[in-house]
Amino acid sequence: MTSGEAMRQQQEFSAPVINGVSITHKPQRSDKAKIVPDPLVKVEHLSLFYGAKQALQDIEMNIPRKKVTAFIGPSGCGKSTLLRCFNRLNDLVDGCRIEGNISINDKSIFDADVDITDLRKKVGMVFQKSNPFPKSIYENVAYGARIAGINKKSVLDELVEKNLKRAALWDEVSDRLNDSAMGLSGGQQQRLCIARAIAVEPDVLLMDEPCSALDPIATAKIEDLVTELKDRFTIVIVTHNMQQASRVSDYTAFMYIGDIVEFDTTEKIFLNPAKKHTEDYVSGKFG
Amino acid sequence: MPKLWKPGDAYIWISGLALMLTLAMIGGLLFLIATKGLGSMWPVDIGRYKLTDGSVYLGQFQGRELVRGAEGIRSESDFRVKLKIGNRDLYGLDFKWVDEADIASLDYPNNAVILERREWGNYHGYLKEIRKNGEIVSGADPEAFSVLKSVIHDANKIHDEILKIEKGEIGDINYGIEKQRLKLRGLSMRGENNSAKEAEFRLKIEEYEALYKVSEAKLEKLYTELNRNEVVMSSAAGEEKVMPLGKIVMAFRPNYMGFVEKAGFYVERFWGFISDDPREANTEGGIFPAIFGTILMVFIMSIVVMPFGVIAALYLREYAKQGLMVRIVRICVNNLAGVPSIVFGVFGVGFFLYGVGGIIDSVFFKEALPSPTFGTGGILWASLTLALLTLPVVIVATEEGLASVPRNIREGSLALGATKFETTWKVVIPSALPAILTGLILAIARATGEVAPLMITGVVKLAPDLPIDGHFPFLHLERKFMHLGFHIYDLGFQSPNSEAAKPMVFMTAFLLILIVVILNITAIIIRNRLRKKYATSAV
Ligand SMILES: Nc1ncnc2c1ncn2[C@@H]1O[C@H](COP(=O)(O)OP(=O)(O)O)[C@@H](O)[C@H]1O
Ligand SMILES: [Mg+2]
Repeated sequence: MTSGEAMRQQQEFSAPVINGVSITHKPQRSDKAKIVPDPLVKVEHLSLFYGAKQALQDIEMNIPRKKVTAFIGPSGCGKSTLLRCFNRLNDLVDGCRIEGNISINDKSIFDADVDITDLRKKVGMVFQKSNPFPKSIYENVAYGARIAGINKKSVLDELVEKNLKRAALWDEVSDRLNDSAMGLSGGQQQRLCIARAIAVEPDVLLMDEPCSALDPIATAKIEDLVTELKDRFTIVIVTHNMQQASRVSDYTAFMYIGDIVEFDTTEKIFLNPAKKHTEDYVSGKFG
Repeated sequence: MPKLWKPGDAYIWISGLALMLTLAMIGGLLFLIATKGLGSMWPVDIGRYKLTDGSVYLGQFQGRELVRGAEGIRSESDFRVKLKIGNRDLYGLDFKWVDEADIASLDYPNNAVILERREWGNYHGYLKEIRKNGEIVSGADPEAFSVLKSVIHDANKIHDEILKIEKGEIGDINYGIEKQRLKLRGLSMRGENNSAKEAEFRLKIEEYEALYKVSEAKLEKLYTELNRNEVVMSSAAGEEKVMPLGKIVMAFRPNYMGFVEKAGFYVERFWGFISDDPREANTEGGIFPAIFGTILMVFIMSIVVMPFGVIAALYLREYAKQGLMVRIVRICVNNLAGVPSIVFGVFGVGFFLYGVGGIIDSVFFKEALPSPTFGTGGILWASLTLALLTLPVVIVATEEGLASVPRNIREGSLALGATKFETTWKVVIPSALPAILTGLILAIARATGEVAPLMITGVVKLAPDLPIDGHFPFLHLERKFMHLGFHIYDLGFQSPNSEAAKPMVFMTAFLLILIVVILNITAIIIRNRLRKKYATSAV
């Protein structure tokens, strides 16, 4: 493909945003959404606006239960934005407006009777930049439990140990649980954040580029962890890294400028994508 | 040719220079205060100055300065020395300027003695005799001085006992009588005609009065014992003086002491200075009540200003809708920091003393009226006034601290299902704690140095009692108190004997700075601990 072609293609995709017009429902994409056998999260006609700027355009997708779903796409295409819709973290952003619907277990998360703190307990999140609290390692993991009013030491001890083990961090920190979490390395901090998130026993675990700031060894550890955790959690992971997506995920969505270009099993996306655009991206021709 | 000046260099040099200047100023000030203050306690040798006019003085050299004659000629005769000659009862003044030309001879007699007295300042002279229990020990006896020391020691013990009775026992009795008297007064004010109760109160008062008689008798006995022994001194010119030992604090012979002994004496004296009550219109003795008052006031202020400042900042930064209103409030808070402190003092008088204090008195202390309890200056009102004064500092620092807590930490907490309040309380405030403490440090530094608002809200020249004592409720917030800053002003500018007070001014200033530094260092250590514990920078 010549650069001219690539540009044309890009223009084609960016046109709807520039015009600020909601693109209409595309039946073939909707078909792709239905390929998921046992959906836990359903996204229906989801559009999101930051003020006047549209960041997500009529998204339609289903996220399978107890599988790893990866979002890939160039930066600024709306991966984080979409992820943050699932736990309604975008509610904090001034001027953010959402249209359409997301339901988890067939219950809309936007219903008036939904307690947002309950929702966030069910939908945990791990952030791009590790963000341990300025507290001890122990208190970081116990945080969710304490919020829930659990203060009994024996219960907390058990919870901390269990989740640090699940996050493959226990062996490294078991002898210094009361040290500040800030003293851990970047990779350890990120695994601590995972332990902290899964300690709340969420149904869904959102991970927004969890390895982008880590070295290859720490990245590998987190990837292993993701693979192990998918038996228990439904995981949605945003990544920049094609190899990572292909290694850890079962399903992959390729996003481009607020839109899902293609969503299918990871195998299909990487080996036999339906769209030329997807193929160009996963093969590293642009992005 | 290499360029000597790169374009930006000038600015670096200028800022470096400014920094140097600041450091030099701070250093110079501290040096001046420390040397003048700390030096004044050193037991300087005592010289016998024989003057050309035939008079003789025993004096400690205090300084030498040039006297500029009308011709502007500089010669030996143009210098004069300042001597501390003591014996205020004899000479009228403790200090004397002597022209060097007038000094006929100078030597340092080993047997010159300095007596530190409870009245009239120091006595410089020679030991003539000691009258102890009817016996007479001559000053010529080689053991005379150690005898003198031991009798002074005994006398001091008796003196302490007297003080204990006066402050302790008699204080308790007065306190008890006052309480019963107020109860009686309360009865009559309420118009109750309860003769049984009245009789009970009167009986109690009588009991107290009987106790008082006992204490008084004890005191009388101690006083006669104290004043039975006497010391006879002779001045430089040979004038004799008989002094009861009860009037003497200590005796020393600087010319006889070696360096080590002097150093020991110095430490002892320094300790006395920070642990004793003042004497003689504050120009002698220690400054303990002022140190205590200053620290207690800063503590009370901190306890009040912290929660208020932090809550206000939390509201402004975390909860209030950011807009014009919040901007205006913020500007007002910043401007408040620039209001002259005396204005806060006046507000304190009007609002706390007369307003709040008046109401408290009329509700809880009716019996004592018209003499006010809380309706007058006291440590609580002074502390609250200073809390108001330092509130802006704490608010601004806390706001900055809150603003610097990274957003992703807040999101991390919210994403775990914490409410906004839980997030603020458990994550944001701990992260902002170092900055909050910085605010407190600044507030303490400002409050410790403030004098003007205190002068009208509760500081006095001499407070008879500390704000903390053994009577319930132990902490007496309504009491007036002493303060180092005011002490400096009082000694330096209100003292009848300003020469004698001068070293005290420097010492007090030195201690005030020391206390600010100690309080700050404590806060900084705490802050650094917290920083380590709560460091917010990742990796
Ligand atoms: N808080 C916000 N306010 C306004 N625009 C935003 C905000 N967050 C993200 N955006 C915009 O939305 C688009 C999608 O951003 P994001 O979801 O962060 O992309 P990605 O995670 O895929 O890199 C970008 O164009 C970004 O500039
Ligand atoms: Mg992103």
